[in-house]
Amino acid sequence: MAAVTSLLNWFRRHLVVIAGLLTLAYLLLPNVIVTVFSFNKPKGRFNYAWQHFSADAWKDPCGVSDLCGSLSISLRIAFWATLGATALGTLIAFALVRYRFRARGAVNSLIFLPMAMPEVVMAASLLTLFLNMGAQLGFWTILIAHIMFCLSFVVTAVKARVMSMDPRLEQAAQDLYAGPLQTFLRVTLPIAAPGIAAGALLAFALSFDDFIITNFTAGSTVTFPMFVWGSAQRGTPVQINVIGTAMFLVAVLFVLAAMAVGKRRGKHKA
Amino acid sequence: MKTTTDSSGDVRLSGISKTYGSFTAVHPLDLTVPEGSFFALLGASGCGKTTTLRMIAGLEEPTTGTVSLGEQDVTALPPYKRPVNTVFQSYALFPHLDIFENVAFGLRRRGIKSVKKQVEEMLELVQLGEQARKKPHQLSGGQQQRVAVARALINHPKVLLLDEPLGALDLKLRRQMQLELKRIQTEVGITFVHVTHDQEEAMTMADTVAVMNAGRVEQLGSPADLYENPRTTFVANFLGTSNLIEAETGSGGGDEIAVRAGDCTLLLPRARCSAPATAGGKVLVGVRPEKISLVHADDAGSVPAGRNRITGTIADSSFIGVSTQYVVDSPVCPRLEVYAQNIERDARLVPGAEVVLHWSPAHTFGLDAAQDIGAGVEEAA
Repeated sequence: MAAVTSLLNWFRRHLVVIAGLLTLAYLLLPNVIVTVFSFNKPKGRFNYAWQHFSADAWKDPCGVSDLCGSLSISLRIAFWATLGATALGTLIAFALVRYRFRARGAVNSLIFLPMAMPEVVMAASLLTLFLNMGAQLGFWTILIAHIMFCLSFVVTAVKARVMSMDPRLEQAAQDLYAGPLQTFLRVTLPIAAPGIAAGALLAFALSFDDFIITNFTAGSTVTFPMFVWGSAQRGTPVQINVIGTAMFLVAVLFVLAAMAVGKRRGKHKA
Repeated sequence: MKTTTDSSGDVRLSGISKTYGSFTAVHPLDLTVPEGSFFALLGASGCGKTTTLRMIAGLEEPTTGTVSLGEQDVTALPPYKRPVNTVFQSYALFPHLDIFENVAFGLRRRGIKSVKKQVEEMLELVQLGEQARKKPHQLSGGQQQRVAVARALINHPKVLLLDEPLGALDLKLRRQMQLELKRIQTEVGITFVHVTHDQEEAMTMADTVAVMNAGRVEQLGSPADLYENPRTTFVANFLGTSNLIEAETGSGGGDEIAVRAGDCTLLLPRARCSAPATAGGKVLVGVRPEKISLVHADDAGSVPAGRNRITGTIADSSFIGVSTQYVVDSPVCPRLEVYAQNIERDARLVPGAEVVLHWSPAHTFGLDAAQDIGAGVEEAA
């Protein structure tokens, strides 16, 4: 009886930790499976059952034809889409927060439409638009589409930051002999940077793994998500798991670096 | 150090006003702030004092009128081209720059390369030499305030504008910073224009105070002059406390006007009466609480002749330490305030006691009765 009570007490005290660990496991399990199976040596064409350990795929990640080509296309599109969406989105966010203009209310609500609209609807309408314009489907149509749907996410992230900025900081800069350009470069931009960075990361992630819109607007171009989808019909090369694991590790490294920087700043404070 | 005595550093506002739509924040206003002076714009929130300051800084465009610094008309210049710097309310320090870079900001924007020595000297002046590499959020409120002052002063502006710079500090620190700012102003000799709603702060620090109310300057003068000779009920009530007694002007020429309040006759120096003193006209007779002496009715005979006197009953008394504050109800005026120094306390002066209040006619001032007797009471609280 006493043992049961003490066990219950222990459980009660650590409930938050237990719940946290379970949630974390739920979130990370797919990544663990991907990583484990990147060291598999499957018998047939499908990498779904564990056979035995092998680092072959890690030694030759581009061993499957077209895989690295599609990866390079995806990275290039993600890079340019991030750049375009971040630049345009930051300008829109500033315009919406700082200026009063005629269509401000309309822009404010319409900018969220791409987030709310089902992706497949937007994809179909984009394809119709491109075909009617006689555009050649490929890298450029994908890029235009990606910048479009990334925009609303960037605007949301940057707007939140700009809204919390004290306009007196810019007035102080002007009072201290900084002209409009200097004020923007030396004060506004550095303070808005965390919001812009968050928007850019979001845009990169969204562009890199987009499948539906890309599939409609790609023509004969094959991006990495399209390659994974296509190969899943015929068999899954282990290299896909290798690339997936590598992406995950890069993301983890980013987070750890950010945490280390944050910790150093925290120490400065104390 | 103040080196010139000519008017090259005066701030001159001519007919300056500001309207937002149908709301007039500042009515056309003429004001000259002499070079090297510590000038305070005093008023309750919303009286137009901050708007006036921002028009000097160039952060607000005047609807009418001009702003001049010395001989130069700066009305059309943007803030970054005016030789004026501001200490903002809640400081507006740049959060992403350290203290050194915050202070160096103005110098760097003007293309000055070697800033190290100047910044270090300025940080010494405000006693923050040790904190140069910290970020603003790592400093206390008082330290942040000093950084804001240093960041503005290092540019040697013709005028330093201070917008409620002490508003965010607690009382003790505020007192300390008042003295500190006064010390710095004397040391650098730059014109300070200080906006505040705190009458005590304005009187402690400034050489000249302009009392603003509802977008107009009510009265301008030295702190002592404003306190002793208020010309409107707003100034009388907003700066300290005043007892205002409604009275009727009687006959009498000479230097003193005799007025009747109930069945008392009070004397009022003609020079201190801002109301038209026609016989039979209404006037408000004012006297400060600390000028009044209080004696028990049994000792009424001890009151010297020639003093203004009123009888009444003590309604309330509160012991403050250095003084006791009495509230006295009199037939001529309810709720008269009297502050008595606690030199020898008379044990009979308790609520309910009959008393005689008396004061020197020289300490009496007269105001126009055509204005709101309670103006400025709420705002001062």
